[in-house]
Amino acid sequence: MSDVPRLKMTGIHKRFGPTVALDGVDLSVASGQVLALVGENGAGKSTLVKILSGAYRADGGQMWLDGQPYQPRHPLEGRRAGVSMIYQELSLARDLSVLENIVLGAEPHWGPLVRWRLARERAAEALRRVGRPDLPLSRLVARLSPAEQQLVEIARALAARCRVLVLDEPTSSLTAADIERLFELVRQLREQGEAIIYISHFLEEIQAISDHYAVLRDGRGVGQGRTAEATIDGIIGLMVGRSVEELYPRSNRSPGPVVLAVEGLKGKTRPRQANLELRRGEVLGIAGLVGAGRTELLRCLQGLDAVQEGQVRLALWSDRPSRDAAHDSPRARWRAGVGMVSEDRTQEGLALNLPISDNLTLSQLPFLTSPAAQRRASAAWIQRLAIRCAGPDQAVMDLSGGNQQKVALARLLHHDVDVLLLDEPTRGIDVGSKAQIYQWIDDLASRGCAVLMVSSYLPELLGVCDRIAVMCRGVLGAARPARELSEHAIMREAIGATELAGGEEV
Amino acid sequence: MKESGGSEAAVKVSVVRRLLTLFAPLIGLGFVFLLFSILAPRTFLAADNLLLMPRHAAVIAIAAMGMTLIIISGGIDLSVGSNIALSSVVVALLLAGQSPQFLHWLLPSFAPWPPWAAVLGGVACGFLCGLLNGALITGLRLSPFIVTLGTMGLLRGLAKGMADQQTVFPPPTGLNTLLQRLAPEEAWMLLPPGVWLMVLLVGATALLLRYTRLGRHVYAIGSNESTARLCGIPVAMNKGIIYGLGGMMAGIAGVLQFSFLTTGDPTTAPGYELHVIAAVVIGGASLAGGQGTALGSLIGTMIMVVVANGCIKVGLSNWHQEVITGVIIVLAVALDRLRRR
Repeated sequence: MSDVPRLKMTGIHKRFGPTVALDGVDLSVASGQVLALVGENGAGKSTLVKILSGAYRADGGQMWLDGQPYQPRHPLEGRRAGVSMIYQELSLARDLSVLENIVLGAEPHWGPLVRWRLARERAAEALRRVGRPDLPLSRLVARLSPAEQQLVEIARALAARCRVLVLDEPTSSLTAADIERLFELVRQLREQGEAIIYISHFLEEIQAISDHYAVLRDGRGVGQGRTAEATIDGIIGLMVGRSVEELYPRSNRSPGPVVLAVEGLKGKTRPRQANLELRRGEVLGIAGLVGAGRTELLRCLQGLDAVQEGQVRLALWSDRPSRDAAHDSPRARWRAGVGMVSEDRTQEGLALNLPISDNLTLSQLPFLTSPAAQRRASAAWIQRLAIRCAGPDQAVMDLSGGNQQKVALARLLHHDVDVLLLDEPTRGIDVGSKAQIYQWIDDLASRGCAVLMVSSYLPELLGVCDRIAVMCRGVLGAARPARELSEHAIMREAIGATELAGGEEV
Repeated sequence: MKESGGSEAAVKVSVVRRLLTLFAPLIGLGFVFLLFSILAPRTFLAADNLLLMPRHAAVIAIAAMGMTLIIISGGIDLSVGSNIALSSVVVALLLAGQSPQFLHWLLPSFAPWPPWAAVLGGVACGFLCGLLNGALITGLRLSPFIVTLGTMGLLRGLAKGMADQQTVFPPPTGLNTLLQRLAPEEAWMLLPPGVWLMVLLVGATALLLRYTRLGRHVYAIGSNESTARLCGIPVAMNKGIIYGLGGMMAGIAGVLQFSFLTTGDPTTAPGYELHVIAAVVIGGASLAGGQGTALGSLIGTMIMVVVANGCIKVGLSNWHQEVITGVIIVLAVALDRLRRR
């Protein structure tokens, strides 16, 4: 390793109108090093990497690549100089082949003719470096799994002889096994001398993969160092600007009567078999792998997916679960006091181009509506939940992810539901917003609401829930007290290891 | 700090956006109006001509109210021109006491209906056609474009079949005066009843969109249908109502079209669906759904009428008018894109 870092950024400034997005950020990555870039949403991470890639131009500061001044005017220039970005949303041409995608924009050519043989060699070499020489070059990208698509993107970066590789939330659409494989690849690339910037909300990932970390807050670098010498709590403290004693608050909750009873529930394909009892004043967590049928279970309970067999009984006005409501419409569920937060807030959870006030009150509009009343109600929730926005009339799409999620949750609070079905309520949002959401979940439970929460993030489930049930291949296991469970035990059940060991039929 | 600053910028953006949404069509209308006032001050600004333009606008504007609901909800209705023709033929047949040609074997003629009943019949016909669209779209889960492309032909054919491919001539009634120049003794009305009807329906649509649950649901469905479903909005039922109301507006427009022509012509209102859609789009609605206003669509209609009228007054031929209208449509959509940035 030479003394000259692969990438050096000093004093980066960026303003958007009156807003200071970056205020003198310094960063450097050496060859063969993985730098974790962390910070809450809105701290300036994406602005910083966009300046690095050439998508934005900095207002001040300098960048060097291998000691050479680097000033990209547009993303293509950044790519040519060797800076490659792997974004959350994959940016592949789905209808082209693996080969065409890898050499896209950098096809070796004689005049107008593509030198396909050379292209194939380069693509094969890149695939070998990402550890998948077996991927057929002629296969259409649309037919690959998300994890394979991501590998093709990384291969594209390698084929373009990248010098700095930026991975922006690369694991958000991957399964646990694929994440492990990705980490293995990142380690290999590090050994091959690549410089890697790794952006993630998951601090456990950062501990597992990075050598150094840098924390951004409000557009400033507030701390960096060696990952091995840092603790997760310490990094969170830097990110939010205060120490997080209790990320998962837990007041005295006393589980009351059963408010939702599910018996032998069966959906179209998922869930295949689900029994559960949800009590007032408790938070019941549902763990499981992606595709296990957790989302479908919640959708059945909200009446969004058809129920084929089984009963869903609600006891909102009486102490005992009464009539079967399995086939009620979503509207009937809302009226009965059941509300759901969707896992996909941009596609399903929120109407992005409508204002906050409409989104917040949508489930509960009177026959004659009053925009002023909608606005007043929303303003109250905005204040209570500290939603950062310009006001109730602002379109939801202008908000950050964390604030969007608060609007989605506020809809349930405004409706004053008794049963909350939360599907991945903290996915892709910053630590500060997460802490707030945990706080409300605790408040709601201690006030007697019942919360059913699906999450793939096990520390969160263990921290927030009273009981946890694990779903595996469409079958919901029995709920057990969270304090008797560990991440390891949940994971074993989620992948079906306990059932196999017990010799039961899957 | 960063986020609060970001939202300040966002406030400005959203204020500018709102102003553009509200005023861009109005500025456009002011511009074309001023242009023709300068080019042909004598003829264009004559009192008679100024009163003529709203009369010409009434049919399109009323149909555009229904289309506004449909487009905001993320749909489209290509059958509106055919629906207008069919409803006007139905009114004419009811007034004439003449049964549809293909039912002659059953009942050759009947006692002519009084005008008010014939109007109800025409409006009901439009409403049913709209319900048919809604039922096909939600029941068969087909795209509105395809369904209404089909009913566009279906309804036009039905109109021709009912009228035996001829114009129906009913005896003259009071209906014929709905859009006529006011007689001196009716001057107290200021505007013909048809124009008042247009004003009334624009107001009703604006109130419906802003102050009723149905109206807010229209925006929600057009903005994100999954969210609407998640929030317990009965999407299929709402769509049925929306297309039904759209058809009803087309039926009312058909009555006025009949009043304009004083005959039931099954080939009338050719290509009106495109005029109506253009009016709504010029008025600031987005074909992607979730955006649009009743007032905007009225202004959009007025822009098209002013251009058509002004071109004649300036002495330009029909092709000029078509070119100018085309340019305005593209400009309006380009502006829509800009606004969305």
